[in-house]
Amino acid sequence: MTWLFKMAWRDSRRNYKRLLLFTSSIVLGIAALVSIDGFGENLKHDIDKEAGSLLGADLRISTSRTIKPATQSFLDSIAQFGDISKEVSFASMVSFVKTEDTRIVNVRALEGKYPYYGNILTEPASAYAELSQGQHTLLDEQVMKEFDIVLGDSVKVGNLVFVVTGKIKGIPGQTTVQMGVVPSIYIPMQYLDASGLIQFGSRYLRKFYYQYEDEKLADQLKEKYQKQYRPEGLDFDSIASSKRQTSQAFGVMTRFLNLVGFIALLLGCIGVASAVHIYIKGKLQTVAILRCLGIKGDKAFLIYLIQIAGMGLVGSLIGVVLGTFLQTVLPSVLSDFLPIAVSFGISWYSIGKGILLGILISVLFALIPLMNIRNVSPLRTLRVNEEVSEKGLGRWIVFGLIGAFILGFTYLQIGSLIEATFFVLFILFSFIILAAVAWLVMFLVRRIIPSNWSFILRQGFANLHRPNNQTFILVLSIGLGTALIATLFFMRGLLLDQISVAQAGDRPNMIVFDVQTPQKDQLLALTDSMDLPVLQQVPIVTMQLEKVKSMTRKEMMADSTRKDRWALNRENRVTYRDSIINSETIIDGAWVGNYDGNGPVPISLEKDYARAIGASLNDPLVFNVQGVELETVVSSIREIAWNRIQTNFLILFPNNILEQAPQFHVLITRTSSTDQSVAYQRNVVKAFPNVSVVGLEQILSTVDDLIGKISFVINFMALFSILTGLLILIGSVILSRFQRIKESVLLRTLGANRKQVLLINLTEYALLGLIAAFTGILLALVGSYALAVFVFQSPYSIKIVPIIIVLVTIVSLVVLIGLSNSRGILNRPPLEVLRGES
Amino acid sequence: MESILNVQNLSKSFQTGRKELTVLDSVSFEVKKGQTFSIVGPSGSGKTTLLGLCAGLDQSSSGSVELNGIRIDQMSEDERAAIRNQHVGFIFQSFQLIPTLTALENVMVPLELRGQRNPKDQAMELLTKVGLADRHDHYPSQLSGGEQQRVSLARAFSNAPSILFADEPTGNLDDETSEIVEALLFKLNQEHGTTLILVTHDLELAKRTQRTVKIKGGKLVEDILNPNPIV
Ligand SMILES: Nc1ncnc2c1ncn2[C@@H]1O[C@H](COP(=O)(O)OP(=O)(O)O)[C@@H](O)[C@H]1O
Ligand SMILES: [Mg+2]
Repeated sequence: MTWLFKMAWRDSRRNYKRLLLFTSSIVLGIAALVSIDGFGENLKHDIDKEAGSLLGADLRISTSRTIKPATQSFLDSIAQFGDISKEVSFASMVSFVKTEDTRIVNVRALEGKYPYYGNILTEPASAYAELSQGQHTLLDEQVMKEFDIVLGDSVKVGNLVFVVTGKIKGIPGQTTVQMGVVPSIYIPMQYLDASGLIQFGSRYLRKFYYQYEDEKLADQLKEKYQKQYRPEGLDFDSIASSKRQTSQAFGVMTRFLNLVGFIALLLGCIGVASAVHIYIKGKLQTVAILRCLGIKGDKAFLIYLIQIAGMGLVGSLIGVVLGTFLQTVLPSVLSDFLPIAVSFGISWYSIGKGILLGILISVLFALIPLMNIRNVSPLRTLRVNEEVSEKGLGRWIVFGLIGAFILGFTYLQIGSLIEATFFVLFILFSFIILAAVAWLVMFLVRRIIPSNWSFILRQGFANLHRPNNQTFILVLSIGLGTALIATLFFMRGLLLDQISVAQAGDRPNMIVFDVQTPQKDQLLALTDSMDLPVLQQVPIVTMQLEKVKSMTRKEMMADSTRKDRWALNRENRVTYRDSIINSETIIDGAWVGNYDGNGPVPISLEKDYARAIGASLNDPLVFNVQGVELETVVSSIREIAWNRIQTNFLILFPNNILEQAPQFHVLITRTSSTDQSVAYQRNVVKAFPNVSVVGLEQILSTVDDLIGKISFVINFMALFSILTGLLILIGSVILSRFQRIKESVLLRTLGANRKQVLLINLTEYALLGLIAAFTGILLALVGSYALAVFVFQSPYSIKIVPIIIVLVTIVSLVVLIGLSNSRGILNRPPLEVLRGES
Repeated sequence: MESILNVQNLSKSFQTGRKELTVLDSVSFEVKKGQTFSIVGPSGSGKTTLLGLCAGLDQSSSGSVELNGIRIDQMSEDERAAIRNQHVGFIFQSFQLIPTLTALENVMVPLELRGQRNPKDQAMELLTKVGLADRHDHYPSQLSGGEQQRVSLARAFSNAPSILFADEPTGNLDDETSEIVEALLFKLNQEHGTTLILVTHDLELAKRTQRTVKIKGGKLVEDILNPNPIV
C-alpha cells in the first residue's frame, strides 16, 4: 500500500507542468466557489443591513390611537434591550413668516438618535444632527423652492416660530408612493407641547423606533408581542417586513448569487474532468509498461487515483486560501468602486465545504478517465493501439454518482428538489447535445473534405477526426463552459433590465392627483405646453369591497381571528384599462380587457390582495361603487413588480363598465430640473386649485440606491465568475497542447514552415471554438429562457449583442490559446521537444 | 531438458472492417529452459504478434501457450500480470522506460512490485553491471538511446526472470551501440541462466543464439540449430 503512495508521488514529480494545469482548474474552481460563497454572503449581509435604512431602525412600532398606560409601559420596557427614538407626526397648516403663504405639511416631531440606519440628507449636512439644539426646523427642498424660502427664514408652526436651519434632500424610509403624500417639515420633539398642536381629539401618528445589537431580536419581539398589542392599535414593522417593498429585487439577487456559486462549481468540474481526461491519456503508455512489468490493473488504477486525490487536496487547499484571500482583498482593492462597504468574515463553513468539494470533484470527475487505466493492455508497449474505454457497469455507476452529486449540490444551493432535478436534466441534455454535435462534426469532416482544398485547410479540418483528436473533449468542455458562462451573462442582462426600470432615463418624478374628468384635457394641454411628457394617465374610481363569495364584509370583520383586516376595510382605488402593463404579470387565469356587458364583470386582483381577502380564481366579489353594488368575478390574478415607479393597482377592471362612474384622474410626468418642477407645480395648482401635485425626488432616493447596489452585486458577481470560467476554459485548452506537440514537430521536420504549422493549428482551433461556442450559446439560450421563466419569473427577450460578445470572446480565446500553445512548441528546437515529454 | 515455453497450433487473426486478417497461422514450437532462441522474418510477418502471445501480453484466437508449465492463454489479464512479474522480463525496441521515473526507480519497479526488501541495493547492483551507476538519478529523457536500453536491460533482469523476451532490442540503435547492448544482453543472460526469446531481423544477431525459427506470412517456415552460438 505504501508502495502505491510512493509510486503516485514519484510519477507525479516529472509531470508537474501537466498536474499544475489540472490542479489549477481545481484551484480556480474552488477559489471561485469559496470567494463567491463568502463574498456573496457578505455582500448580501451588507445589503440586508442597508435595507435597514428603509425603516431607519430594527423595529418600528406605530399607532394612531391614544396609548393606554399599560401599552406605554410595554413600549418603554422593550427599549431596555437597545435604544429608542420617538416621533409624532401629523398634518398641519404652517405659514411662512416672510411671504405669509400657508401650506399644509406633514409635521414630524423627533426625539432620539433616529435614523439608526441610513441618513436624512440635508443641506448643510449637519442640520439634522443640530435640529434639537434650538427652535429649529428643516424643510423639504421642494417647498423651499416653491415658496422662495432660504435658510434663516422663519416658519410658524402652531403657536411657535421656528428658524429654518436646513433643507431636506432625502429621507429614509419612504419607499412607496403613497397617494396624497405631502411635504414634511421636521421639528424637535421638545417644542411639541408648547406649539399647542397636539390637543385632545387631533389626529396624529406616533412612532417608536428601536435599535438592537442583535438583529434577530427585533423579529423575535415582533413575533412575540404583535398579536397581543394589535388590538391596542400597535403596528409592528421590522427590517424583514419592510424589505418586502424591494423584495423582488432582493429575491432576484439571492437567487442570482446561488446560481453564480453553482455555475462556478460546475465550471470547476468541467475543468477537472477535461484536465484528468487529457492527463490520463498521456499516461496510458506508462500504465502499459507497468502492466508489462506485472502490475495488476486495480493497482495501476489506485496509483493514479491516489495521485489525483492528492492533487485534488492540494488544489482545494490552495483554492480555499486563494478564495479567502480574494474575498479579503477584493473589498479593499475595489473600495473606490464599490458602492457599499463590504465587510469581511472568514466562513469556516465555506472553507470546509470548499476542501471537501475539491477532493470530491477531483476524484468523481477523474473516475471515468481513470477507469480506463484498468483496461490498458500491456500490448501497448509493442504497438500503440486504439483507444481504451471502460464499457461495463462501473462506468454507469460513476455516471450515476456524478448525477447524484450534481443533484445534491444543486439542491443545497437552490433549495428546491424540482428545480434541482431540472438543472441536472438540463446539464445531461447539454452533454448529450454536445456529444452528438462533436460526433456529427467528426463524421461530416471525415466524409466531406474536398480534395481540392489547400493542404493547410485539409490538415486543419482533418485534425478534427484523426486518431488522437481533441474534438470530443474540447467540444464538450468548451461547449459546456460556454453554455454556463453565456447563461450567466444572459441572465445578468435580463435581471438588470428587470430591476433597473426604475433607474431608466424616463423615470417619473411628478404625480398629479385628484384631477376631475372635465379638467383632464386642460391638464394634458398644460403639461404639453410645458414640454413635459405624460408618462401615465389613469382614471381612478374609489369603491369598497362588500362581499367575497357569499360572505359579507360585516360577517368577515366580525370574525376576530381574521388576519389582514386592512384588505377588507380599505377604500379601494381602482382603475380600468384594456391591457396589462409591463410591470404586471398574469400568474393565474386570463386577463379580460373589455367587458361584454353580460354577467358579472371580469376583474383582475393582485396576488397578495387576493390572498388577504380570501378570494381565488373564479370567485364572485361584490363592490360598492358610490352606492351602487357591482357584481364581479375574479378572472385573473396578477403579480406586480412594485419596484417600478408607476401607479399600480390591487384591483383592475376592464373597459366598458366604469367609464360613467364618478372618478378622478392621476397624471404622471417627469421634470428634468427642480426649476421646471417648481414652475409646473405652481402652474398646475394655480389652474386647478383642487388638485395636488407631488414631487418624488427625495422619496425615491432610498429605493434607487438599494436597487443600484443590488444591480452592482449582480454585475460584479457575474463578471467575477465569468472570468474564472474563462480561466478554466483556458486551462482545458492549454492541456490539449500536448496532443499536438509531436505532430507539429514532425510537420516541421518534414519541411513545413512555422506559418503553415500555425495556420493548420489555427484552422483546427477556430473550427473547434466556433462549433463549441455556437452550440454552447444555443444551449444557453434555452437554459436562460427556462431560468427566466421558471425560476426568476421575469420576461424573456433575446438580445443579439450579448450573443455576439460571447461568441467572439470564446472563439478568439480558444484560437489565441491554441496558437500560443503551438508558438511555444515552434520556438523550441524539435529535438528538445521530441526528447522532452512524449 | 525441461521445456519452459510450449506453443501449440497458435493462431491470431484481426478483424479489420469486414475482413478477417490472419496474422499467425497455426504456429507450434517448444523452447528448452536456458536456451537462447531467436525469431526472424521480414517486417509484417507476425514476429511481434507471436512474441506478445508467448509473453502473455495478448490473447490468442486459438491454440495454446504454456509458460513454465502453466497454460497462460486462458488466464485473465491480472493473472497473467502476476506471472509476468514472477517469471518474465522484457526488452523493447523503443526501450519503454517510464518517463517520470529515474533510471534507478525504473529498475526498482519490478522488485517493489514483488514486495522485495532493499530493492535499492539490488537495483544499484544491476545498474552498475550495465555501467550506469553514476547515471542512476537521471530521467530517461536525459539518457541516450543506448543508455536507455541498458537501463531497460537492468530492469529486465531485476526480477531474475526465468525467461526474457526481447523485441528487436537493437532496432533503434546504431551498430556500435548495438554491439554494446548485445554483448550485455548475452552476458547477463548467461549469468542469470535465463531463457532468451529474441525477435530480430538482424540475421547476424540471430546466428548468435542457439536456435532460430523463421516466420513468413504468419507461418513457421524454418527451424535452424545455429552452429556457433554464444554459450
Ligand atoms: N491490431 C491490429 N489490427 C490489424 N492488424 C494488425 C494489428 N496488429 C498487427 N496487425 C497486422 O499483423 C501483421 C503482423 O504484425 P507484426 O506482428 O507487428 O509484424 P512484425 O513484428 O513481424 O513486423 C501486420 O501485417 C500488421 O499489419
Ligand atoms: Mg515487430
